[in-house]
Order: sequence, then C-alpha cells, then structure tokens
Amino acid sequence: MLAKRIIPCLDVTLDDKGARVVKGVEFVNLRDAGDPVELAKRYDREGADELVFLDITASPEGRRTMIDVIERTAEQVFIPFTVGGGIKGVEDINKILSAGADKVSINTAAVKNPELVKEAAEIFGSQCIVVAIDCRRNFDLDKGKYFVELEDGRRAWYEVVIYGGRKPVGMDAVWWAKKVEELGAGEILLTSMNRDGTKDGFDIPITRKICEEVNIPVIASGGAGTIEHFYEGFVDGKADACLAASIFHYGEIAISEIKDYLARKGVPVRLE
Amino acid sequence: MIAIVNYGVGNLKSIAKAIEYVGGEVVVTEDPKTIMEASAVIFPGVGAFKTAIERLNTLRDIIDNLTVPILGICLGMQLFATESTEGGLFKGLNYIPGRVVKFPDWVGKVPHMGWNTLKIEKESEILDGIKDGAYVYFVHSYYMETDDEFVLTKTDYGIDFVSGVERGNYIGFQFHPEKSGKTGLKILENFLRISKR
Repeated sequence: MLAKRIIPCLDVTLDDKGARVVKGVEFVNLRDAGDPVELAKRYDREGADELVFLDITASPEGRRTMIDVIERTAEQVFIPFTVGGGIKGVEDINKILSAGADKVSINTAAVKNPELVKEAAEIFGSQCIVVAIDCRRNFDLDKGKYFVELEDGRRAWYEVVIYGGRKPVGMDAVWWAKKVEELGAGEILLTSMNRDGTKDGFDIPITRKICEEVNIPVIASGGAGTIEHFYEGFVDGKADACLAASIFHYGEIAISEIKDYLARKGVPVRLE
Repeated sequence: MIAIVNYGVGNLKSIAKAIEYVGGEVVVTEDPKTIMEASAVIFPGVGAFKTAIERLNTLRDIIDNLTVPILGICLGMQLFATESTEGGLFKGLNYIPGRVVKFPDWVGKVPHMGWNTLKIEKESEILDGIKDGAYVYFVHSYYMETDDEFVLTKTDYGIDFVSGVERGNYIGFQFHPEKSGKTGLKILENFLRISKR
C-alpha cells in the first residue's frame, strides 16, 4: 500500500547572500541555516518523503538562482522534489526539470492558460506536472458549482484565487480540480487561504471534497499547526500528502514525531 | 566507468548524481564505443517505451553482447521484457521473458506514484542490506509480468506486481533507486560493488 507523504515546503527568496529560505529558520547545528540546500538535506535526513521549493521572488534573478538551488539539491538529496513559483511556459518547465527537479508546480499560469497543463503533460508526462490550486471560501451561494458543508454547518463554495492568493477569479475550485485532471495534471497541491498561516489545521471540507472528486493524488496545504492536524488531513480530508512550511522551519514539530504518531494510529507512513 | 544510456528526453541527472554520490564514475552517452567499454551499464527510467526501444534498436549489436552488469530502472527494466503494450504492441529486448502491461483501473489511482514497500522474494547481492518491507519510490502506469524464477521483489498495489527482476547480468527495478532515499542509495552502492568485480 502507498505510504501517506509528509512534504516540507521551502519558500525561497533572494538576499545579498543568494538564495534563502524565508519565514526564518531556527535550526541549530546548521552552518548556514537559511540555505535551501542545507535545509533540504536536513529534511531528507529527518524523513521527509518529498520536498517542494517555491520561488517567491517571481523575478528573472529569482529564476536563475532557483536553477542553481535545484542543481545543488540534485547532487545531494535523493528523494523527489518539486519546484514552483512564477512558471509561465514550457521553456521554464524544461529548464527546471533539466536542472534535476522531478516535478513542477504550476499555479497562476494554468488558470490564465489551461492549455499549458495539457501541453506540458504531453511533453514531459503527467507525473511531473503538479497544478497548485489556491482557494478561498465564498458564501455567495448564487455562484459556485460545488457546495460543501463547513464545520459549523454553513454551506460554501471555494473560489480559485491567483497571484499568491490576492486575486479571486470567480472559478469554482472543485470544478477546476476536475478540469486540470482532465487536462493531464498528475497531482493537485491544494491550499485553502482560509487556513494558510493560521495553524488551525488543514481545511478539511474542501480537501475531502476534492479528494473524492478527482482520481489523482491531492496534497493538502495550509494550516498545519499540530501533529493531530496531519492525522485529520489524511483520515478526515483523505489527502494523499500533507505539506507544511513554518512548523518545520521553526523546529516546532519534527517530521519523525508526526510519522511515529501516524504509524501508531494505523496510517501507513514510510519509516526508515 | 558506468554508462547511462541516453535514449531520449528527460531527467538523467538524478541517476548520474546518485551514482556519483555513492562513489561511482558515470557518463551519460549513446556512443557505442563508450557503452562497450563501460564496467556496467544503466538503462534509465525516462520516456515512452516506443521511443526508447527505437533508439536502443540502433545499438543492438553492442548491447545484446554486453556481459557486464546491466541495471534497468523503471522503463529501463520494462525494456528487458519480450514485449510491451504501452501505446500499442512493441517488441522489447527480450533479455527477460515477460510482458509489460498497464495497471487495471480498479487498483486505484494510476500512475502508481509514491512510496511503497518491497517484498523480497529472492536473495541477491543487489539487495544486500535491504530489509523486507523497505520503502522505495515509484512512478509508473505499466509493470512487467514474468516467470517467478526471475523475480527478486514484489510490491502490493491492489495486485502484487513484480518490482524487481534478475537474470544473469541483468538486474531491473520498477522503482527509482535514485529517488528512494537511503534504501535506494544502498542498492546503487551494491550495484557499484558488483560492477567492480
């Protein structure tokens, strides 16, 4: 049986020292704690099943730096890794995969040009095309296509947002998830803006709904704050993988603690 | 020197870097002379069956006569089979009698992608230090059916499919050792040791 995956996400930016992971890092015993490659190695050793790098600069300099990060990571980290952020076309994807990444994550560009998903899947294979969907609850029930019941009994639909969650586009997230599957996406990285950064737990209603509606793996993202949240994401949300950033960077929770807990509760996880 | 045979587009960097990481020297090539002189050869795991076999058929004089250890990864392992049903019906290299077929829909999500476990069916030097139940990383929609005598490992994904094979100097894995963390690096280390004999 497939193991449920735990995925640390590294938001990579630029400063005068080069590529850095933002949100602060408080690991001890790291010579250069903010270096994405050092962090990637550390997460690999701690049992991460996969890694996601997000280029949050979305600038040409950021992209060039990211290629260097990918190349250095590929030399030392031997688990799958995905690169996202600012990908606009096939040429960007080709550069990232050629540098040694296993998958790319496309977000805004897929919304603006859905054909890109199809084209990329045909050229590179579905297995390396992840579509990231950012969404937000919308209570205007005259719009939307797929409605879900929230924890408090209210009904809502989830609207797709782009440009890092700033711009709503009026599109239903469940509909979009089904659409990208049809276009050839191999995986969905789902972030609920209602939970992102809150540490209140993953957005279970939308995670579950999308997992039930599509037949490709779904990565739940946004809101992880405790070990139990991961259990909920896998069991209640039916997610195939759970992603988190800050709780790992700050060392609040170790990946091994989450995995031990999940294993005790009967969730299949990879233990080395 | 280990030759990684280049038969199309895709990420060959990962396998090359992993071999270097465990102390081997590699060259990514499609040059007949380089392949002939290599101490071991790897058929990597990227691309479609048809494209790969067409490229490999131009090298058949060389590769059919190799006596050094040959490691097939993912698609590379499938190429060892007699035939494949991926995108039509195509003849493989026929180094290991077998047929490559697609997972039936009822097993669940296809491609089978992620970490799954190995059931060790037969002892082999390539599996030295690998425990039964070890997790490795898979990305594939097709798998190989073959005789039990060639089976090294199986994996459960709705059905028990063959995830590792060995026949003489041919070793094949359906998973990606270069993406399977410590377990995968150990297997590549074993392969390197076998290739130095």
